[in-house]
Amino acid sequence: METTITLEVQRYLPEKDTEPYFQEYKVPLRKKWVVLDALNYIKDNIDGTLSYRWSCRMGVCGSCGMMVNDKPVLTCATFLEECLPGPIRVAPLSYFDVIRDLVVNTDGFMDKLKRVKPWLITDQVKPVPEGEYRQTPEQKAEYDQYSMCINCMLCYAACPVAGLEPEFVGPAAIALAQRYNYDSRDEGRKQRNEELLGEGGIYSCTLVGECSEVCPKAVDPAGAIQRYKVSGAAEWWKSVVVPWGDT
Amino acid sequence: MANKKNNDPFWWTLFGAGGTISAFFIPIHVALIGIAIPLGWFAMPDYEGLVELARHPLSRIYLFALISLSLFHWAHRFRFTLYDGLQLKHLEQYIVVFCYGSAIVGTVIGLIFVLSI
Amino acid sequence: MAKTDDINTSTNPRYQRYRPERYSPRMSIFWWVHKKPFVKFIVRELTSLFVAAYAVLLIFQVRALSQGAEAWEALVAWFSTPFSIGLHVIIFLFVVFHAITWFNLAPTAMVLRIGKKRIPGGVIITINFLMWIALSLAIATLILAR
Repeated sequence: METTITLEVQRYLPEKDTEPYFQEYKVPLRKKWVVLDALNYIKDNIDGTLSYRWSCRMGVCGSCGMMVNDKPVLTCATFLEECLPGPIRVAPLSYFDVIRDLVVNTDGFMDKLKRVKPWLITDQVKPVPEGEYRQTPEQKAEYDQYSMCINCMLCYAACPVAGLEPEFVGPAAIALAQRYNYDSRDEGRKQRNEELLGEGGIYSCTLVGECSEVCPKAVDPAGAIQRYKVSGAAEWWKSVVVPWGDT
Repeated sequence: MANKKNNDPFWWTLFGAGGTISAFFIPIHVALIGIAIPLGWFAMPDYEGLVELARHPLSRIYLFALISLSLFHWAHRFRFTLYDGLQLKHLEQYIVVFCYGSAIVGTVIGLIFVLSI
Repeated sequence: MAKTDDINTSTNPRYQRYRPERYSPRMSIFWWVHKKPFVKFIVRELTSLFVAAYAVLLIFQVRALSQGAEAWEALVAWFSTPFSIGLHVIIFLFVVFHAITWFNLAPTAMVLRIGKKRIPGGVIITINFLMWIALSLAIATLILAR
C-alpha cells in the first residue's frame, strides 16, 4: 500500500459558511510531489469543490502562494517531504480577505502596486530616432535584485504591519518602487516619494524583517525599504535646510 | 490618492541616530557605573575627577546627545510598539504627543543639567 | 393608472445580486506570541523602554554631578543597593540585545562601496561590532582613569 499524508485544508464557502474551517484529506505521499500537486490530486480525485489559484507550477507566476504550516510559501516549491510527518496545514495567505477556500482578494495589493508607479518615468521622452536608453551592466546591477519580484504577495502575508494597517503600501510595492528609483533611465523618484514618504508609506515599516525571510526570489524588500528610509530622510533634511533647492 | 505629508522622516532620523549612539555607548555605561563598580570590581573615580571630565565641552556634547537621542529613539520606537503591539493606532494623536513630548521634556531637563555641571 | 411598482412584480423581482461575503480575518492582539521571529521583534522593540530608562538614569547622574560631591556620593551609595544592581543587570541585558540586533540590521540600511564594489553585509556587521568594543574600551578608560 502506498503511504499517505494528511492535508488539513482551510475551507470557506461563502454561500454557506460564515467562518472558515479545516477539512482533512489523505493524499498519496509521493517523492517529488509538492503541496500544489497534493491540492491538484484532491481537486481531481477527492473533492472538486476545492478552490485555489495556481498557474505555472514552476515558481514564476506567483499565484500559488499559501500558508503551509503557518508559513507563507509558494505551494509549487514546497515539497511534501519537507513537511513530514504531517498533517500539513494549508490556509490562504494571512491578512488577506478570503473570497473562497484558499483564494484571497488581491484588489488592495493591485491598487498599492499602481500607487508606486512601477514603470519608467522620464521628464521628456526621447524621440525614437535618437536611439535607445543605454545602460551599463553596473547600472543594471543597481536595481536587478528588486526586478526579480513575481508579485506573489508572500511578503504581505509575512508582514504584521501590512496586516494591521491596510493603508501601508507594503514590502513588494516599495521594493518595486526602488526597482525604478535605482534605474539610471528613470526620473520618477519625486513622484514616488509623494506616495511613499507620507502616511502609510515607508516610515510605517518597523523592520520586522520577515518579508525578506519569506521572499522566494531573494528580493529583500526589507532592505529596499530601509534604504528608502535613509534616502527619504536625507531628502527631507535637504528640503528643510535648502528649501529653495530642487528636491 | 496622494498621501498626507508628515514629519516621519525627521523623527526617523532622530530614532536612527539615537539607536546608533545608544547601541554603541549605553551598554558600557550600564556595565561600568551600574554593575562593575557597585560590585567592587573597579573603584569609583572620585567626584572631582568626574566633574572635571564632564565639564569638558566634548563631554557635555556627548552626554547631551546620549540623553536626548536615546529618548527620541525610545519615543519613535515605542510609538510604533503601541500601534502594532497593542493595536492602538486609533489613539495616534495622544501617543504622538506623549512619546515625542516626553522626549522633548527629557531633552530640555538634560540640557539644563548638562550645562550646569 | 397603477404605479409600475405595484404591477408585474414577478417580472420586476426584488433580488440580491450574487455577492458572497468575504471572510476578513481579524488580527488578534496577541499576534506576536505565536511565532519566534515576532517574539524576537517585540522584545527588540521593547528594548527602547530600557534605553529610555537609562537615559533618565543618566539625567540623574548629570544632575548629581552638577549639585556637588554630597549629591554624587548619595547617588553612588544608591547604585550599590541590590535594587539598583538588579535594575542595572536587567537594563544591561536589554540594551545589549538592542545593540546586537541594531548592528546586525545595519547592512540593510547602509550600502557602502569601495570603488564600484559593494561591501558585503557581513563586513559591515563586523566593523560595527569592532567599533562597539573599541568605543566601550575608550569610554571605560576615560572614566576609570579619573
